[in-house]
Order: sequence, then structure tokens, then C-alpha cells
Amino acid sequence: MSVARRPRNRVRRMLIEAGSALLGLALLIWSLLPLYNMLLIALDPEEGEVEFAGNLWTPEPSLQSFVEVVTQDTRYLENFWQQFGNSLVIGLATTVLTLAIGSLASFAVSHLRLAKGPLLTDTALLSYAIPGSFLIVPYYRIVHAYGLADSLLGVVAAQVTFAVPFAVLILQLYARLIPSELDDAARVDGASPVQIYLRVYLPVMIPALAVVAVYALLLAWNDYLYQSVLLLPDNATFAMTQGNLFADTDAEWNAMMAAGIIYVLPPIVLLLTLRRHVAASLAMVSAGV
Amino acid sequence: MSTQQLLAVPAPLPAGGSARGGLRRADVIWGVAFVAPYVAIFLAFVVHPFAYALWLAREPALYAELLTDPLYLPTLVNTLLFVGLGVNVKMFLALLLSGFFLQRRWWIRALLAIFVLPWLIAAAQACVSFHWMLIDQRGLVDGLLAELFGIDGPLWLNDRSLAVGANTVAYVWKWLPFWTVIFLAARMTIPRDIYDAASIDGATGVRRFVHVTFPLLANLYLVCTLLSTLWTLGDFTTVYLVSAGAPAGHSHVLATLGYRYAFETGRPSLGVAAVMSVVPILIPMAIVLMRRFHASEARV
Repeated sequence: MSVARRPRNRVRRMLIEAGSALLGLALLIWSLLPLYNMLLIALDPEEGEVEFAGNLWTPEPSLQSFVEVVTQDTRYLENFWQQFGNSLVIGLATTVLTLAIGSLASFAVSHLRLAKGPLLTDTALLSYAIPGSFLIVPYYRIVHAYGLADSLLGVVAAQVTFAVPFAVLILQLYARLIPSELDDAARVDGASPVQIYLRVYLPVMIPALAVVAVYALLLAWNDYLYQSVLLLPDNATFAMTQGNLFADTDAEWNAMMAAGIIYVLPPIVLLLTLRRHVAASLAMVSAGV
Repeated sequence: MSTQQLLAVPAPLPAGGSARGGLRRADVIWGVAFVAPYVAIFLAFVVHPFAYALWLAREPALYAELLTDPLYLPTLVNTLLFVGLGVNVKMFLALLLSGFFLQRRWWIRALLAIFVLPWLIAAAQACVSFHWMLIDQRGLVDGLLAELFGIDGPLWLNDRSLAVGANTVAYVWKWLPFWTVIFLAARMTIPRDIYDAASIDGATGVRRFVHVTFPLLANLYLVCTLLSTLWTLGDFTTVYLVSAGAPAGHSHVLATLGYRYAFETGRPSLGVAAVMSVVPILIPMAIVLMRRFHASEARV
């Protein structure tokens, strides 16, 4: 009987193999097509040959537009590095502040037992009840009232507001998995809350903090609305420049796309650096939900 | 010190019963100091703008005006399609694909690295690229259609349903990797013995997914879907940069219509009223989200 079944199993396995390969190919094309489109336009030295011609490959590929971006030698991108720096400042400040504010609040609730844990996660989830972009008008006026108009800090405050609830959720889920005997032990040794936070809590929470860091940086990196509403052109980010020009067929799109490709690098570097922590803690956290 | 070392610390006897009992005064002061930045952010940038929004959109006349606006009701339909289809298609695909990426083969691991790229590229750049792929009859998509199948592609952004569809596809492309990674991580924690036991009982393939994998992930799936629905309602960038509301404002969603009223036609109160009009649906969603979140807390 088993002899009769074997060929059928082999056919089945081959079908599964073929299906996997096909799915893999489809996913590859799906993931890369919009990026390929960017590369196609970026490699075109004569602006306009690709994006208006329906060409599937650049006739004369060249890295000239990348050089123009890096040397700031093209229209609309005269301040590319300043804009890149602004994005980086917003991203890093958002990340650092989110880590600090989220971890301090989570520590106070889960370890100092200042309040019940559900109260903290409830306020976090409540902040997500109203999507961030819905509050752009009142936010715009409030930022002016706080004296943060046209300041990177106003954008950072908005991004931190959206990132901190996620940080609190992840940290609370992760902290549940850590026995509280740890800081009880430290407390018996006479350590103050600050010492416990720095020497016990933060080291143990590193994997969860890595997830929060990646999330916060990508949130700030993905933002377009808050940057374009709160910042003026002289303090712009590249996302703003690109977004403001996106319907302008006269802009140098090869250079714009080249700049866009350069912009992918910081998140890739961050994720590559933290990937082991991210994988480990995502598994622990999602098992808790 | 590694996690393992810390976890190996033996539990000490509570000293004088103070560790588990009431809070010490110093702890309360430190606790308040530690929570203060979080509370400050919450009050200054969540409660304050929300209260301000309610005040700006307080006039009933604004809502009457919305109902007579030719763009408002189509926008509600677009929002329902964009969020309803986008979130559910994305979540279901993410759940299925997480099973595919669970396989430990070199080429699938390499593919995962490429598959997460859309998550890492900034939304504005990704959406602009989609816009250029679809623009007129000279974009990459129509170029491919002509080259491969000899079809004259449509003018994607000249038709309402094609434009809403394009926005939805761009949205799924951008956010599918994030949720796939979440579900992949969750699947990795399902112990092998459960599957072994299931296969002894004859559950393999689809039946194993329906009767074993999905029940284990159901609560996570629901929490993620609700959270993603709230986030997606606030997705401004995709619609603003892929279709830009074309044709003639007929592919807007609430987030972009509110922006248009407020910043392009100079009616901030009307813009706030447009988005606040769906808040009565969002609050119950947030409450369900809290319940599901705590359901998992009680389990641990």
C-alpha cells in the first residue's frame, strides 16, 4: 500500500515546490517593482526619457543623477544634505524621546506599581482612538501657541505623541514576562528606583527597546503630513520637497528618485543593527497578546 | 549581564514585607516623576488637540453643510473601501505569508530581507513612485502591460474606482511587511509539539491552519486588525501622494478631504468637522481594543 502511495506523494511534493517557487517569484516582483521604478528613473541621465516613455529599462543608464544629488548640483535639491539632516534630527530625536518617555512610564507602572498596568495601556490605546492626521488643524494652532511654529521640535513632539503609546504597549507586554523578583532583589540591596531603572530594568528590556526604536524611527521617517504643515520651506525635509513637487513634470525626477534611494539607507542600517533583538522580542511580545 | 543570568537570580524573601505591600513614600515620588513626561505629552498633545477639535467642530451647521457637499458622501464610501479592503486584505495576506516565511530555507530567508524593503522606504517616496508608475499612459505599469500583453493600459488616475484601487494597492504594498513580521514572530512561538500532536490526529495543511494555528493567533489577529484600522483611517500620505484625490477630488478619504477643506479652501472648522464626524465609530472600536488587550493580560 505504501508503495502505491509513494509516487503520488512525490507529485504532491513537486507541486508544493513549484507553488512555493512561483509564490516566491510573485513576492519578489511585488516587493521590488516600485523600487525598480525609482531606480529606472534615477539612472536616466536625460530627465524625462523614462518616466514619460513607458520604457522598461533606461536607454543609457548612468549614475549622474546620484552625483548631482550628493553634490547638491540640481534644481530643488540645493539643500539636500540640510534636508537630510533635518529628517535625521527628527528621526533620532523622536526615537530617543520615545524610548525615554515610554520606558520611564512603563517602569513606574510595572515596577514601582504606581498605578494599575491596565490604566497605562488604556490611555495608550485611547490616544490611538483618534488618528493622528485627524488632529492636524488643532495641532497646527497649538504648536503655534506653544511657540514651536516652524521648529523641528514641533514635528518631533507630534511624532513622539504617536510613538509613545506603541512603546508603552510593547514595553508593558514585554515587562510581564520578566519576574518582578529581580528588582525586589535589587531593592533589598538598597538600590534606589533610579539605580534599578538604569541597572536592572533597561538592560533586561533591551530587546523590547530595540523594537520601539525601529518603530519610532520609521514612524518619523514615514511622516509627511506633519512636516509639510508645520515646517516652512527654508526648514524643509526631503519628503516635503518631493511631496510639494510630485505633480510637477518639469522637476528633475531622476535626481528626486536618486535622493529617495539614498533616503532608504538610515532605516536599513538601524534594522540591520538591531535585527536580532527585534526578532527575539517581537516573538515574546506577540505570544503575550 | 544576560537575560538568562538575570532570570536565574533566585527569588529572595521579601524584606520586612515591604516589597510587595504598600508603596514607600520615596517610591511614590519617583514614580510620579517617571510618569510625568508621559502624562504631560498625553495632556498637551492628545487631550488638548482633541478638546480643541471638538470646540472647532461644535457648530451643527457644519455637519449640515458636509451632507450637502458633493464630495463628503463619496469620500465616506472611499474611506470605507480604502480602510475596509486595505486593512483586511493586508492582514489576511500577512497571516498567510507569515506561514510561508516560516520555512527555514536559505532562499526564503533571503526573500524575507527583500520583502521587508517596502516597510523601510519612507511613505512619501514610495507613494510618489506609485504615482509615477501609474501616471498617464507612460508609466511603468502601462509600459509593462503593453510590452508583455500588448494591452493599452487604462488611465489609472482618471477613473474613481481605479484611483481608489491604486491607493489601496499602494497602501497594502507599504504596510504588508510590518504585519507579516508580527505574525511571523507570533508563529515562531507556537511550540512544535502542538503541530506534532495535531498531525497525529490527522490535521495537516488547511485543516491544521483552521483548527490549530488560527485559534492560537485569533486574539492577536483581532487586536492587530483593530489597531491597524485606526491607524489606516489616519493615513494621509498614501491618498495624497498616489492619486492626490484625482479625478477631480473623487478618490479622497476623510484624512485628505479634511486637509483640503482646512488648508486648500481655507475652511479649518469644516475640515475638522469632516474628520470628527466618524469619531463616534472610533471610540467603541478603541474600547473593544482595550477589552481584547486585557483579555490577553488576564491569561498570563
